[in-house]
Amino acid sequence: MKRFVRLFAELDQTTKTTAKVDALARYFDEAPERDRLWTIALLSGRRPKRTVTTRLLRAWAAERAGLPPWMVEESYPIVGDLAETIALILPEPARDSDMALSEWIDIVRGLARLPEPERREAILDAWDRLPARARFVFNKLITGGFRMGVSQKLMTRALSRSTGIAESDLAHRLMGEWRPETTSFEALIRAPDPVAELSKPYPFYLAYQLDHGPRDLDTPPGEWAGERKWDGIRGQLVLRGGQHFLWSRGEELMTDRFPELARLTDFVPPGTVIDGEVLAWADGRPMTFNALQKRIGRKSVPKKLLSEAPVILCAYDLLEWHGADIRARPFDERRALLDALVADLPDEAPLRASPLLDFADWDALARIRQQSRAHNAEGIMLKRRDAPYRDGRRKGDWWKWKVDPLVIDAVMIYAQQGHGRRANLFTDFTFAVWDGDALVPFTKAYSGLTDAEFRKITCWVRRNTLERYGPVRQVAPEHVFEIAFEGIQESPRHKSGVALRFPRMARWRHDKPPAEANTLTDLKEMLAAYG
Amino acid sequence: MAEPVLTFTDRGIYCPAADVFIDPWRPVDRALITHGHADHARPGMNRYLATHEAAPVTRHRLGDISIETVAYGETRRIGGATVSFHPAGHVPGSAQIRVEVGGEIWVVSGDYKVEDDGLSEPFAPVGCHAFITECTFGLPVFRWERQQEVAAQIDAWWRANAAAGRASILGAYALGKAQRLLAAIDASIGPILTHGAVENTNEVLRGQGVALPGTVRVTPETDPKRYPGALVLATPSALGTPWARRFGPASTGFASGWMALRGVRRRRAADRGFVLSDHADWDGLNAAIRETGAERIFATHGYTAIFRRWLAEQGYDAAIVETQYEGESLDTPEDAA
Repeated sequence: MKRFVRLFAELDQTTKTTAKVDALARYFDEAPERDRLWTIALLSGRRPKRTVTTRLLRAWAAERAGLPPWMVEESYPIVGDLAETIALILPEPARDSDMALSEWIDIVRGLARLPEPERREAILDAWDRLPARARFVFNKLITGGFRMGVSQKLMTRALSRSTGIAESDLAHRLMGEWRPETTSFEALIRAPDPVAELSKPYPFYLAYQLDHGPRDLDTPPGEWAGERKWDGIRGQLVLRGGQHFLWSRGEELMTDRFPELARLTDFVPPGTVIDGEVLAWADGRPMTFNALQKRIGRKSVPKKLLSEAPVILCAYDLLEWHGADIRARPFDERRALLDALVADLPDEAPLRASPLLDFADWDALARIRQQSRAHNAEGIMLKRRDAPYRDGRRKGDWWKWKVDPLVIDAVMIYAQQGHGRRANLFTDFTFAVWDGDALVPFTKAYSGLTDAEFRKITCWVRRNTLERYGPVRQVAPEHVFEIAFEGIQESPRHKSGVALRFPRMARWRHDKPPAEANTLTDLKEMLAAYG
Repeated sequence: MAEPVLTFTDRGIYCPAADVFIDPWRPVDRALITHGHADHARPGMNRYLATHEAAPVTRHRLGDISIETVAYGETRRIGGATVSFHPAGHVPGSAQIRVEVGGEIWVVSGDYKVEDDGLSEPFAPVGCHAFITECTFGLPVFRWERQQEVAAQIDAWWRANAAAGRASILGAYALGKAQRLLAAIDASIGPILTHGAVENTNEVLRGQGVALPGTVRVTPETDPKRYPGALVLATPSALGTPWARRFGPASTGFASGWMALRGVRRRRAADRGFVLSDHADWDGLNAAIRETGAERIFATHGYTAIFRRWLAEQGYDAAIVETQYEGESLDTPEDAA
């Protein structure tokens, strides 16, 4: 554990990529194989099954620290991390421990079999053997959400340096549904299992935002293919050996959530991998994201929902064809193969190719982009016609040009301190629009201001608090902010009757008095137009 | 019931019997000042009263002011009140202010810490009936390591950077924290360069007899190459600016109580966060309050709501007072000194 805690500290103490890769590579060189395997697992979002609820952890920590339970509850949002909160409030350990990371993980896993009093004993015993930083790591093993400031890409690079295996090869091996409990470092990294290979997706290629439009691109429009950027769930459909697998961008298997796509095994030959967007689809066009949202997070789908919001895969790209990885071939060629594949399908097959846009120059494309919302799309995607399908987020060959957000001017009425990174600033605000003489709250927003602006508003909130409700302060309704958002929908749960998608503060309107903020009627009109 | 010894107004903490304010934030006739930080010693008062040790820095910051000074423990009769200043251990010269009216004693803590930092006059508990306390770090997640251990961490970081040919740029408040660091670290590791705001305070403190290791003021003419492996003491706001980039390859550090929180540490985007505060931690606040023997506690700045509830559960008559003190702010540059 000491080695892993040191690695954790080293990664935490630097913002420099090279230093992180160095620390990781050194760790992979030195650590025992099982620790290595678990480290790869933790850094790729896999953790031991939760064997203790956070409710019990909080209660035991409060008891051990001699604090009332409410104090743990109040401290948690300020620290922003439960594992860290607990590590900080516990008394210093009385004993030492030399156990390895994987041995601690075995202890955590073993808790599942124990009755509650013994589980409590085991946890208190662990807390009494680990100093604060190790205690934090141990708590993280239980609560999950290990963010160590290392992307899978960096981890893969370090592992490549330590093992001598090519990065792209490792990236592929590490994808998919492997579990550290059931595999070994040897099996995962050095001797891949051919059966597991069947489901493995390719790393997704992700686009950067084109902030100032396509005029920034260094080549003429003719060298670029344009498509709509559909507002669904990015997915990769893997068809191999008569089976199908649907992967999310977060490398999660979503196959069971969208059973409609199973039929594609009847129409598309095995040895095919398609990159696309899962969309709720009706009457030959995508439905709004709100329709699809009902299906997100559901493991099984009731019949009613299946008929209300049926999905298709809207294909962007073809990565594997007849069992061969064709990612290195130019986009135009892959796209031609994809079009031929889709053209052969009967109408009822839930697969379409995302139409290529017809534009002679950037102005024409800009006009098409203006129509995005009418098509339930988020904007435009631009792909270099001669580019390979790359992995990860890389600049140059793919760009997204999102539509401008919807905006409304609103008055700030409540403020709350942030947590974690922003524990000592007021960063969480509630905004309202006018309904006659009254201000009706309609959204919260947490982001969009610069650090300097957050500091400024924090000073102002301290001096202009009208009332406190626990951590929430009612402030004088004096400041107007432009709230940007991506979508709006009806919501009976909200006082205003609407809910916004991804609201944030786009601008602090120093120029606007509160009386000139927008009204509830304006908001309702936006709901009618875009909801 | 008689008038309270101290009342809370929109100009600051007020003593009706003496007609004086303590650390007021708006101009008043007579102000008693706990210490020289900008949120406690503000410009615009007709007359100031502070400790001998706090006066030079206060003058340096506020310019030509009318300031009278007292020794720690010396009593002054002002109107119907007896007033005295007692060490708060926050920064050199900092004081708690004791006010006694008709046998009832109230103490205003200003900012304080209970650990002896070897530089500030060590915190001395003052028995009282009512204690007006800060609680910047009034949460049980804040518990400081001893200064000696933090200094050893800074020394190790500085040594490693010096060996790798990097400068070590350490952000710390110009008044108090910077001098405390100077006194605590191993000055034999390498040269120590200082930001102008830090050096100005150094000069004031050296002038009043505070012993600090030798430092070199950074000016536009300073050639960083002449000081390989240097420790650069900078104000927090200078980190990440062109001023800090002149030192070439460097590791950055930041010394503050807030560095106890991983999230805040990451937001600062410094390479290292050292947990060092001039404010009392959770145990320090609780011990200090206990030792006053006070039954009434007023929490001024910090996690007031939570801390008040905690104190109430411990049996105190506890209340929150709205003030404009900021405690250890990460983001308000404290560079005026």
